[in-house]
Amino acid sequence: MTTNALRRNGSKGQAGDKIFSGAALGAGILILATLLAVAVFLLIQALPTFMADPTLISGGAGFFSYIYPIVIGTVIAAAIALLIATPVGIAVALFISHYAPRRLASGLGYVIDLLAAIPSVIYGAWGYLVLAPALVPTFQWLSENLGFIPIFAGPASQTGKTILTAGIVLAVMVLPIITSLSREIFLQTPKLHEEASLALGATRWEMITMSVLPFARPGIISAVMLGLGRALGETMAVALVLSTGGLIPSLVKSGNQTIAAEIALNFPEAFGLRLSELIAAGLVLFVITLVVNLIARAIIARHKEFSGAN
Amino acid sequence: MSKRIDVKDLNVYYTNFLAVEDVNIEIEAKSVTAFIGPSGCGKSTFLRTLNRMHEVIPGGRVEGEVLLDGDNLYESGVDPVTVRSQIGMVFQRPNPFPTMSIKDNVLAGVKLNNKKISRSDADALVEKSLRGANLWNEVKDRLDKPGSGLSGGQQQRLCIARTIAVKPQVILMDEPCSALDPISTLAIEDLINELKNEFTVVIVTHNMQQAARVSDKTAFFNIAGTGKPGKLIEYAETATIFSNPGVKATEDYVSGRFG
Repeated sequence: MTTNALRRNGSKGQAGDKIFSGAALGAGILILATLLAVAVFLLIQALPTFMADPTLISGGAGFFSYIYPIVIGTVIAAAIALLIATPVGIAVALFISHYAPRRLASGLGYVIDLLAAIPSVIYGAWGYLVLAPALVPTFQWLSENLGFIPIFAGPASQTGKTILTAGIVLAVMVLPIITSLSREIFLQTPKLHEEASLALGATRWEMITMSVLPFARPGIISAVMLGLGRALGETMAVALVLSTGGLIPSLVKSGNQTIAAEIALNFPEAFGLRLSELIAAGLVLFVITLVVNLIARAIIARHKEFSGAN
Repeated sequence: MSKRIDVKDLNVYYTNFLAVEDVNIEIEAKSVTAFIGPSGCGKSTFLRTLNRMHEVIPGGRVEGEVLLDGDNLYESGVDPVTVRSQIGMVFQRPNPFPTMSIKDNVLAGVKLNNKKISRSDADALVEKSLRGANLWNEVKDRLDKPGSGLSGGQQQRLCIARTIAVKPQVILMDEPCSALDPISTLAIEDLINELKNEFTVVIVTHNMQQAARVSDKTAFFNIAGTGKPGKLIEYAETATIFSNPGVKATEDYVSGRFG
């Protein structure tokens, strides 16, 4: 009988290995299955809208004319949020990771993380009760002095419940996401790379632009994408803050609408074709998020050769 | 383009812990000086005080004077950024900037502090620095490829090219060969011999043969025990340190009786 002494016979370690790889595989499949189930649900439920006579759709001119204003409204609100939150978030993260004294840094990081735990309805209420009235004079000034630019065209809203206000509230909401993820990445910059630039005679800011930001770039993009996901999908805060209306270019007049808020505000009374319409709107949001994430992946992958991972 | 360094009564601390005690040493311009000694004796720590990199570590501070041709690095009002642009450093592990091409790595230090450089000057400087680091022939066809794609020895020479591109007065090397194979080590040692024609070189090494091969003078550091500060035990011509040391501890160390 030939026996190979090197052959393993069912040791404990092997079983643990199998259980773990099975669990990991199962988790991976579960995620994909969930995603697929959501996509299938949205497609099936939205189908009647695409089949229906265009005159029966809200607005009476087909699904496209119904959806495109709120798609643009969604994108505007999310864009405002990211335009504000990305630079501020990165600056705060850099301050915590590279400038602040250590004791202040940990306290500040903790407070920023707390911001993420506040429910969105509270942000909505704050935007509605505090921020919107406070912004009225600013909007007035913008429309009077910069009114020739279409985005600041007057007359300004008297309640302050505009898409710009909604965007600012969203910015505050995504700020903690961008800040805490960026901070984690900044802190992981290899000391070796930081010292390389310092030893060449770099100032602290030059060290950050030479060593920290290039290293953190993929992480920053991921952080912004997560923030964008929240900004695109945020429902409650927008529903409370925004005084909705048709698509208008001005950011300081009431008007515009986002997909998530549109669904939330109309869902309770919707049935039949209207329900299908709202689900179709959800499908569109799903596709937008998917496309944005694919673009972000492509941006990260394009610089793979220079990522330092090789 | 090289200056001497004089160190007077230097104590090096991590917060309140005295890591290196009372060092006095004179390092001649255009020479190679080696620091040897057992692990933890403070030779790398001391090296990092010579271009104010020690204070990058939280709690790092010094007492005493380090003079670069008579100018004290630690006088108040001296910007460490200026010090480091005159006293360059090569680290233990090769650390080219991973997101930069070979060419950009060489120019990284030159472009600092908003200095502008014309394209033709930049190309000439890249070639001169890479030739100076004995790397030109190996990389001249792939200057736009990432520096992290090179072998360890090539990366270390790229770091040396990056350091000499800023035309420093002094080059500090912290065990530059400890992560490299013997062939790459030889290439770096040859390079050190050429560098001393233009620069003052200070090198920390664990390898006593290396110290004997490359240096003009050698400083032996030692530590009395854990928790005690490191001290400069003996500083003399390299030949003297290895053949006829004046202190028993030095003799024990270089003959391999401890460490």
